Amino acid sequence: MLVRFFFLLRSAGVPVSITELLTLLEALQAGLGDLSAERFYSLARTCLVKDERYYDRYDRVFAAHFKGAEDLFSLLQRELPEDWLAKIAERKFSDAEKAEIEALGGWEKMMETLKKRLEEQKARHQGGNKWIGTAGTSPFGAYGFNPQGVRIGQAGGRNRSAVKVWDKREFANLDDKVELGTRNIKMALRRLRRFARRGVPDELALADTIDATARSGGWLDIKMQAERHNVVKVLLLLDIGGSMDDHVKTCEELFSAARSEFKHLEHYYFHNFTYEALWRDNRRRFNEHIGSVEVMRTYGTDYKLILVGDATMSPYEITQPGGSVEHWNAEAGSVWLDRLLKRYPKFAWINPQPQSRWRHTASIEMTREILEGRMYPLTLAGLDGAIGALT
Amino acid sequence: MNTAAEFRGTDRYIATEELMAAVNAAMVLSRPLLIKGEPGTGKTLLANEIARSLHKPFFEWHIKSSTKAQQGLYEYDAVSRLRDSQLGDPRVKDIHNYIVKGDLWEAFDCDVQPVLLIDEIDKADIEFPNDLLRELDRMEFYVYETRETVRAKHRPVIVITSNNEKELPDAFLRRCFFHYIRFPDSATMTQIIDVHFPGLKRELLHEALSAFFRIRDTPGLKKKPTTSELLDWIKLLVTEDIPPEALRSDDAKKLIPPLYGALLKNEQDVHLFEQLLFLHRRNAR
Repeated sequence: MLVRFFFLLRSAGVPVSITELLTLLEALQAGLGDLSAERFYSLARTCLVKDERYYDRYDRVFAAHFKGAEDLFSLLQRELPEDWLAKIAERKFSDAEKAEIEALGGWEKMMETLKKRLEEQKARHQGGNKWIGTAGTSPFGAYGFNPQGVRIGQAGGRNRSAVKVWDKREFANLDDKVELGTRNIKMALRRLRRFARRGVPDELALADTIDATARSGGWLDIKMQAERHNVVKVLLLLDIGGSMDDHVKTCEELFSAARSEFKHLEHYYFHNFTYEALWRDNRRRFNEHIGSVEVMRTYGTDYKLILVGDATMSPYEITQPGGSVEHWNAEAGSVWLDRLLKRYPKFAWINPQPQSRWRHTASIEMTREILEGRMYPLTLAGLDGAIGALT
Repeated sequence: MNTAAEFRGTDRYIATEELMAAVNAAMVLSRPLLIKGEPGTGKTLLANEIARSLHKPFFEWHIKSSTKAQQGLYEYDAVSRLRDSQLGDPRVKDIHNYIVKGDLWEAFDCDVQPVLLIDEIDKADIEFPNDLLRELDRMEFYVYETRETVRAKHRPVIVITSNNEKELPDAFLRRCFFHYIRFPDSATMTQIIDVHFPGLKRELLHEALSAFFRIRDTPGLKKKPTTSELLDWIKLLVTEDIPPEALRSDDAKKLIPPLYGALLKNEQDVHLFEQLLFLHRRNAR
């Protein structure tokens, strides 16, 4: 049973290894999980899941796998406690919604249908509009949008025998399915490190010490030097809003990885394409602009320029003066991008849009032309390429 | 079931069932326990309380961005040895005089099973956890200078905390148990406050908690207030002797709960909160 559970977890994308399964077995052998289903649930989670991101997926697999096997754990009831559901419904529904339920045959009728569905349904289900499960539009199931939905597994409180812990799915919003974790991004960004010795000399300089000691005829003469620090300077320009909304999560990861990796990181935002102004804080984007010229004057040519954007827009926004979607631009976007590239010879554009779609978007092709082809997808391989272009 | 002592929380630390299970599993199988969670949910305190309740010696190793794994094991003080040799100090003959033990070694050397806290492991360099794999797995390490292997006399209970600033490598995670401390719900929170402020007036507690969760539920806050901040705030409320009525939100004159500085930690959040309350009040009219 555990082996199948193990493989189910793996196929659900929870990274579990054999070592962890063995640990769990060891823990069971030591008698740690034999008390109740809840105890087993949290013990197995402690052993198998190593990131809170995967808690939600674990909960789902656990519920699916141990459904029907619950009588092994005498503590759990198989039936849904009816009055509990009724109580929940009382609390969650407004008067108008209650009237609606009445119109549809009333509460009794709904509970009856619910029971029938429960019998018909063999496996757990997600989505769809008939079966009981989560995130669907059927009136039965949690996290749905049907106003008369019966919320199964969404209760609060500490009464654990009424609702199963794993059915609460409290970690739903911690799950992320992005391929790149920040660790991977950081590992890729490491190649950009440029070390130099600056600051307080607090490290023994062995070669210097030996040299100086020899020169002073064998009397110890200790030389110190400063620790090596990363001195690479990065100017990061991020496209924000509009079509970039789909990529916010990956861009946030890239940004936070870059933030912790580089000490000299300056970032500004733009919308769709670079024009005469950039901004630092999106909440104040309409009144706290800084001129692109000003930015170019402030940060020297030793900065490396990284632009992040999907470059997906109307071609006029690139080529025409006045083409911008949100303001009147006296000069075309391509002119401004050209200026930036001239000022910062080490540059790369990272595009979160999958590479396969690039050829079908005219504006991406045009941008790539201006960039002399230095546009890279936001994947590990792409980042490697981009960093190659920057060094 | 192992009959050895079990961790059940203490008189000043409320642990959930799940956390107790995780701690006990980690102790029985002597695996390191990795603890994550929002700041201020008592991650660091946990190790201290385990040691206190089970009467074990406690060692802590705080990690900074410049900490190297080697510093937890030992450091060889070559410079003093060189200097001593020049001054003709007899100590120089024995290399053991210049090996400075780190926190991990101290814990390994302990005569009873100790508790070792490795605090904020995510602050260190990205390679740091990888350098500790063998040490945490086998609970031993090799001292090159003296050619000896140091083994733990009793495998210590190791608690590692992380704030998620860096992701930890898979090989490291595989060797740990993991628990994520969830933010306490209002029932647990009441227990926690009871433990810290016994005899607090019910009314004040109720008003303070509802004000607190109202602030936490405000969308868009940069830094949500946490348990430790709530405790600070209540301490202030008690010392200033604020009446419970002052905390009620429908009091239109006082927009922001008194002494909010303990809860909201930056001016953008205070600003945002003021704006929301202002809108709320306008809509209510």
